[in-house]
Amino acid sequence: MYEQSISTLAQQLRNKDISSVELTNLFLKRITDLDPALNSFITVSSDIALAQAAQADALLQSGQGSSLTGIPIAHKDLFCTQGTLTTCGSKMLNNFIPPYESTVTSRIQQAGAVMLGKTNMDEFAMGSSNENSYYGAVKNPWNLETVPGGSSGGSAAAIAAGLAVAATGTDTGGSIRQPASFCGITGLKPTYGRVSRFGMIAYASSLDQAGPMAKSAEDCAHLMQAMSGFDEKDSTSSETPNDDYLSNINTPLTGLKIGLPKEYFGDGLDSNVADIIMAAVKEFEKLGATVKEVSLPNLQLSIPSYYVIAPSEASSNLSRFDGVRFGHRCDNPKDLLDMYMRSRSEGFGTEVQKRIMVGTYALSEGYYDAYYLKAQKIRRLIKQDFVNALNEVDVIMGPVAPTTAFGLGSKTSDPVAMYLEDIYTLSVNLAGIPAMSVPAGFANNMPVGLQIMGNYFAEAKLLNIAHQYQQHTDWHLQTPTMAKGA
Amino acid sequence: MSIDKEDVQKIAHLARLALAEEGVDQYQQSLSSILALVGEMQSVDTDGVEPLSNPLEMTQRLREDVVTEENRRKDFLANAPESEAGLFLVPKVID
Repeated sequence: MYEQSISTLAQQLRNKDISSVELTNLFLKRITDLDPALNSFITVSSDIALAQAAQADALLQSGQGSSLTGIPIAHKDLFCTQGTLTTCGSKMLNNFIPPYESTVTSRIQQAGAVMLGKTNMDEFAMGSSNENSYYGAVKNPWNLETVPGGSSGGSAAAIAAGLAVAATGTDTGGSIRQPASFCGITGLKPTYGRVSRFGMIAYASSLDQAGPMAKSAEDCAHLMQAMSGFDEKDSTSSETPNDDYLSNINTPLTGLKIGLPKEYFGDGLDSNVADIIMAAVKEFEKLGATVKEVSLPNLQLSIPSYYVIAPSEASSNLSRFDGVRFGHRCDNPKDLLDMYMRSRSEGFGTEVQKRIMVGTYALSEGYYDAYYLKAQKIRRLIKQDFVNALNEVDVIMGPVAPTTAFGLGSKTSDPVAMYLEDIYTLSVNLAGIPAMSVPAGFANNMPVGLQIMGNYFAEAKLLNIAHQYQQHTDWHLQTPTMAKGA
Repeated sequence: MSIDKEDVQKIAHLARLALAEEGVDQYQQSLSSILALVGEMQSVDTDGVEPLSNPLEMTQRLREDVVTEENRRKDFLANAPESEAGLFLVPKVID
């Protein structure tokens, strides 16, 4: 039951084969049994889930509801959920009960989905391994000695282990795609501005974007139907008309033009990962696609550009945590400055303080032009590379990450080594285009994700391409052994 | 690009972070290696390139200047570490 797709479950709920309360209890039981080994949830909201499930059953009884009605899902603990603890993986917010609801969770709730709880994540979404959470590292269900990826690692691990049908995630530099790749699930980072950021705790505002994570592209499409579209509460929300993500999902791929950027297949890419990506590309050729080489010449510069822009925006966004209005406050502050400084250094973990300081330095007097402005100029070069490549081809394909999931603790001592892991994902956020991670095989017994990058607002096309691939492959249907234990 | 301990303390102060003495060394090392990494940008010719701040190059959308939020003072104060008489309480600023 826990392995079923949203479409199948929606049908079973309608046929009264199962009720949403039964389904919700099944997932809550799985969380109780299996999550102690994974640590993928920070908060399990059983009472809310069962109340929402009962409501969903009533709605379904009267023949109403959407495809998400009664489906148990989880939210990354970065989305504000009114009345439910929202920590963002930080000690800073270990007592924060939001007084309002994010647009994403509100829309998904309105569509009738059941909230099982809030998933673990790297603190303030800063990390590629989920080892930066104040609430402890998350383990990868495929191998408990390895990381699930980050920062949406809790969402990815929970889906892979069958603890939730689907989940929300956010992606600032790869935080949906890389954990999706490491855990063998499907994830979509939409175009910047496609999904509302209202009520998402900000990391880097010009890069942050929420998206769906699930077992399949079709399940991601169901979530996108509910979450995407203009929101007047987000000043950078796009007014581009919303797509129907399901209506063209079965379009054949005959004539699809795929570009392979040579820079994605150079030094540093694990040869086993490369083989799997090339095998996936061959599969697309069988489905009628043509393949040509393209170039994204400034790919390497995405790392320095991102690691200036993201920390700079973070240093500005995280200045709101001052111990005054919400969040952690130190004991017995002797004056205002002491309160700011001790509250912040007690409330933030090391990686967050590091990035705040990098950003503060880059924005400080005398350095702004050399760092922030320079990084934004390079950002334009990176965007232009994608625009040029996507003039030649419909989509770009490559790996999501240079390797499969790495060992817990193996990269924590060297921040630069960890940052270099993000080489294939950062440029997508800098350009603002949509991209997916789709399960494409296993290397060293660990999942490998294929990255599919498309033009602005081409989410429906990406979902169509991924769905067609998943109609002909079964990598997305594989289940880790630990998930079968309950 | 490498920075010394004094720089680290100065940046920490600007960012309103109180670093423990023993933590400064570690931050000095990691900040220096990150700044070396991002320093790779400096060799790139960006003459005539306009900075890109919004990937869609959208202009700021404005709304009518009218009240759209209801007053929810009590709800917002509920998360405050300390409050009194409907106000956020902070350590004494002026004697």
